[in-house]
Amino acid sequence: MSRRALRKADAVESRAGPLARLSQFKARHRGWIGYVFILPWLVSFLWFDLIPFVLNLYLSFTDYSVGVKWPNWVGLANYTEMFTEDHLYGLSLKNTIYYMGFSVPLGIIFAFAIALLLNTDIRGRTAYRTIYYIPAVVPAVAASMIWLWIFHTRYGILNQVLRLVGIGSIRWLTRPEWAKPALIIMSLWGFGAQMVIFLAGLQGIPGELYEAAEIDGAGHWHKMRYVTIPLMTPTILFNLIMGIIGGFQVFTAAFIMTNGGPLNATLFYMLHLYNNAFRYFRMGYASAMAVVLFFIILIFTLLMMRTSERWVYYGGS
Amino acid sequence: MSVESSQERLIRRGAIYPIVTAGAVVMLFPLLWTLSTSLKTIDQVTTLRIDLIPHPIAWWNYIDLFHVAPVLRYLRNTMVVVAASMFGGVVVCSFIGYGFARVSFRGRELLFMILLSTMMLPGVVQLIPLFVIFDRLGWTGTFLPLVVPRLLGHNPFYIFLLRQFFRSVPMELSDAARIDGCSEFCIWWRVVMPISKPVLAAIAIFSFQYAWNDFLSPLVYLGSNQKLWTLALGLNAFRSFEGQQTSTHYLMAMSVLMIIPVLIVFAIGQREFVRGVVMSGIRG
Repeated sequence: MSRRALRKADAVESRAGPLARLSQFKARHRGWIGYVFILPWLVSFLWFDLIPFVLNLYLSFTDYSVGVKWPNWVGLANYTEMFTEDHLYGLSLKNTIYYMGFSVPLGIIFAFAIALLLNTDIRGRTAYRTIYYIPAVVPAVAASMIWLWIFHTRYGILNQVLRLVGIGSIRWLTRPEWAKPALIIMSLWGFGAQMVIFLAGLQGIPGELYEAAEIDGAGHWHKMRYVTIPLMTPTILFNLIMGIIGGFQVFTAAFIMTNGGPLNATLFYMLHLYNNAFRYFRMGYASAMAVVLFFIILIFTLLMMRTSERWVYYGGS
Repeated sequence: MSVESSQERLIRRGAIYPIVTAGAVVMLFPLLWTLSTSLKTIDQVTTLRIDLIPHPIAWWNYIDLFHVAPVLRYLRNTMVVVAASMFGGVVVCSFIGYGFARVSFRGRELLFMILLSTMMLPGVVQLIPLFVIFDRLGWTGTFLPLVVPRLLGHNPFYIFLLRQFFRSVPMELSDAARIDGCSEFCIWWRVVMPISKPVLAAIAIFSFQYAWNDFLSPLVYLGSNQKLWTLALGLNAFRSFEGQQTSTHYLMAMSVLMIIPVLIVFAIGQREFVRGVVMSGIRG
């Protein structure tokens, strides 16, 4: 459009009355108003996400420690130490994977099973749902206190019951072979979080699909196998990925209840990282650990997404 | 028409009730046991009998507790962080979410993609550099590292939830307000916010819980400055100082005090809360 035509258009608009001019003005100025709205996010993104992310990467190549003015560049030393000298590093990774290997799938199985049972027309299901969900909102520190007491070797209720049935006491938190199972049991207490998500997924399955299956003569098992489970695979994948991201960063319960012990049996990745950063003040090394964990989580997530094409049902395909 | 006969249904239900009831008892028992232990004397605690209902009921544990640990101070400190978290979530995040949902500007889609990707960022990569940054600013040992990020609405998950909700509000409402001479800020505050109460309630509950339960950030940033310790830190410290053997009843009472507000908030906003959890879950 030529300049003259533009001016003409402007003139037409200005004749169109104050209302139209107002909306014109607004439309033109909405451009910068948008930035005003997201300004707090931009600041917090730069300050608390981007800069720390880059800084973390940089620190991982240094020997930075609190109190030191300037970090020294040490190249890949932190990374080679992780995989060669620091035998606790490999152990912490193994512990974390052991813990996740049980707590994530078991949590999903429990959550899915109870969600199925509570998705029926039983009476009082709202009350049941609330009861199953409540442990998931208990603060981690309080939950740690509760389970410390439950697992207490002498007076803990769990061992008292086990003694009653003749099994005898188990030193849950003071024997290396029992500490991880104890923390896994405790983590299962919170499966209500996944259950709620499964329940929402189950309610999203159209009833016609079940009716159609019934017309075809499908029983409970067939409806489960060919309708419910395929349609729930996206939700299962979601819970699996979130479980793994959370599982790799498990910290509070182990920090409070066992502090990594006994004999480093519950020294999880985050705990080892925390110890290096805030106990031994080896922040450069801990930063390198964080970088590796970031890539482990990234690779796990991508692998899950990739393999999901084979077992996750996406509507229509 | 259902294939299932009423007899089959009866049997199926008969099988479901015992399973879900037994499960519910197992889920609730730790909490009941905690409450029970918090109402026992130390002699009753260290006994080999299983008494669910203590005799006598040592309700005074809840009064003594305030003398053996500075619970009120912990509570006040926690409320400071909670208030910042709730203000940041409900006001600042919704301000940002409004911008992403209802104002068009250049680069919006790209910036929103960046915001989404930060949701996937595991917190561990920010832990150490943030500590270093706050330490250099001289902020460690103060509330600032706990309060400032929350006040700035540093929570992509809340922003995402709010944005999704705001997008479902009809644009005609905004246009009508604009004709009445309402600015974009006024539309956000006076048109969109009042009709977004369900999602704002969910955000309020989330941000309350998140700050109330938080353990790692106060642990890292407050360090040894006991005057500022929150309930989560105080509870853990109380256990380390007193030891479990002699103070289990107090530990359980303090745990109960820490759980009850969460349960109250959850009970008030259960529907919004669950809807929020589900909304955030479905997106995957």
